[in-house]
Amino acid sequence: MIEVVGLTRTYGSFTAVDDVSFVAQPGRVTGFLGPNGAGKTTTMRIMVGLTPPTRGRATIGGHLYQDLPNPGRHVGVLLDASAQHGGRTGREILTLGALTMGLPTSRVDEMLHLVSLSADEASRRLRHYSLGMKQRLGIAHALLGDPQVLILDEPANGLDPAGIRWMRGLLKGYADRGGTVLLSSHLLNEVELIADEMILIGRGRIVAQGDKKSLLAANKTAGVATTNVMSLDDQGLADVLRKKGYAVTPLREGLAVQCASVEVGRAAAEHQIVLTDLRAVEGGLEDLFLELTSSTQREGATR
Amino acid sequence: MSAYTTLNLAATPKIPLTRLIAVELRKAVNTLASFWLVAGIGIIVIGVEGLLLLLVVIQNGQSSPGDFAVFASYITAVALPVLAIMLVTSEWTQRTAMVTFSLEPRRSRVLIAKYLTCVILTFLAVVMSVVVGFLCALVAQIANPDATTWDFAPELLGGFFVVQTLATSLGFALAALLLNTPAAIVAFVIYRVIPVSAFGVAANYIDWFSDVRPWIDFEYAQGPLYDLSISGADEWGQLLVAGMIWLGLPLIFGVLRILRAEVK
Repeated sequence: MIEVVGLTRTYGSFTAVDDVSFVAQPGRVTGFLGPNGAGKTTTMRIMVGLTPPTRGRATIGGHLYQDLPNPGRHVGVLLDASAQHGGRTGREILTLGALTMGLPTSRVDEMLHLVSLSADEASRRLRHYSLGMKQRLGIAHALLGDPQVLILDEPANGLDPAGIRWMRGLLKGYADRGGTVLLSSHLLNEVELIADEMILIGRGRIVAQGDKKSLLAANKTAGVATTNVMSLDDQGLADVLRKKGYAVTPLREGLAVQCASVEVGRAAAEHQIVLTDLRAVEGGLEDLFLELTSSTQREGATR
Repeated sequence: MSAYTTLNLAATPKIPLTRLIAVELRKAVNTLASFWLVAGIGIIVIGVEGLLLLLVVIQNGQSSPGDFAVFASYITAVALPVLAIMLVTSEWTQRTAMVTFSLEPRRSRVLIAKYLTCVILTFLAVVMSVVVGFLCALVAQIANPDATTWDFAPELLGGFFVVQTLATSLGFALAALLLNTPAAIVAFVIYRVIPVSAFGVAANYIDWFSDVRPWIDFEYAQGPLYDLSISGADEWGQLLVAGMIWLGLPLIFGVLRILRAEVK
């Protein structure tokens, strides 16, 4: 379990992390989500003792990171996959980690196999790695000591879609076995797919936290549900829905309706219109994210 | 695994210092740059000693193992501080400090391991010099037995080890202070050249300076270390005072910098 209490870090007059408190529970993947420069990385760096906090504290399983006798055996850390010596091979990098933690070198081969780096790739020097390969190596390094807690900064960065799916499976399985996972991302889709719990951060402050459902429920006022629908008689369906008082916008294919999808289905059933596609628009979370962090968005746009 | 809300640390011992040293020794040779630095020293030593041996044999000159060993030591003396510098600075220029310090957050232990690694490498270099010295003397003995003597002054090599360790320490200190490989190497060279010349000139022109010089000129104060003849409160005091100024201060500030720095 990771517990962060009142964490603050200032640089001169700039406050990078502002009174941040949250808990990452075991058995769950906690996503740390925010735009670039929101304070995600600084918070994670404080957790592992690389940056001293100005105020507050972060504990891992009840201990300060600095008090862990052999931290690699308890906490897997990946803060920057590129922060490795370019002149070392992938295998050598893992071997140094295994040596430091006091693990048998067979563990290196297990981890290389786990992240699907071939023997040939493992014998190449890091400077010849693609970003995706560096991320895989970094995840292998984090998992070396069979830790109970994982702290990963932008781990999906540079992975291809298949790689992201692989990582999702890996982290879910890890959390299901009781591990604690904290991962950061500036991409909502990534976190939405992987995380059970989300912490939204903007300009150093936590703006919202909870699972996807509760986040959306708490922000119901943000907008009415939207449903996209296609049918064999779009015109007829549009008329019926308008009569019921819902706003309908014709799309290039089908309609966008400002109501829950159940209402669209009911209207279609009542008038025996055959639906070919019906789905609730999942834009709610993205809207919420952009709205909550709008003051920190560099583009100054909420949509 | 079961659900962990607290970590049980009872079964996890601290990382022993010996393991940290083993890791640092490995780091000293496992990159392209550091490997070729070490290999390069070896190649140059063999080349130069071979040449020296050839000259001695051809000219039927006098030689002893000590002569060859001291010669090899002069070569390693240039390279060892650079190796020490790279062992410290590469962690920052290659940003591996992030991994190193997340695996061992007690940074002072990592620094101690790095320093002891430098001392071990210095010792190995001196041992290598002795071995090379005896091998060369053996060849010289076969070629011209009359001109080869087997007297060997261990205090010379002992003194060399001490002086060399101080030079490596200086490289280590400047590396910690500057955290940048080229800057630390340049600073090291300047450090070894400028003060010596400046003090020499000053001692020539200013009368009273000759009395002060031993106390502030580190090279001068190291003089009686070369043959381990150092003795008396004066010589030890001068070594301590000059060493504090030139080695102690940068080392203290450098170590403090690393202990307190935000690792990026």
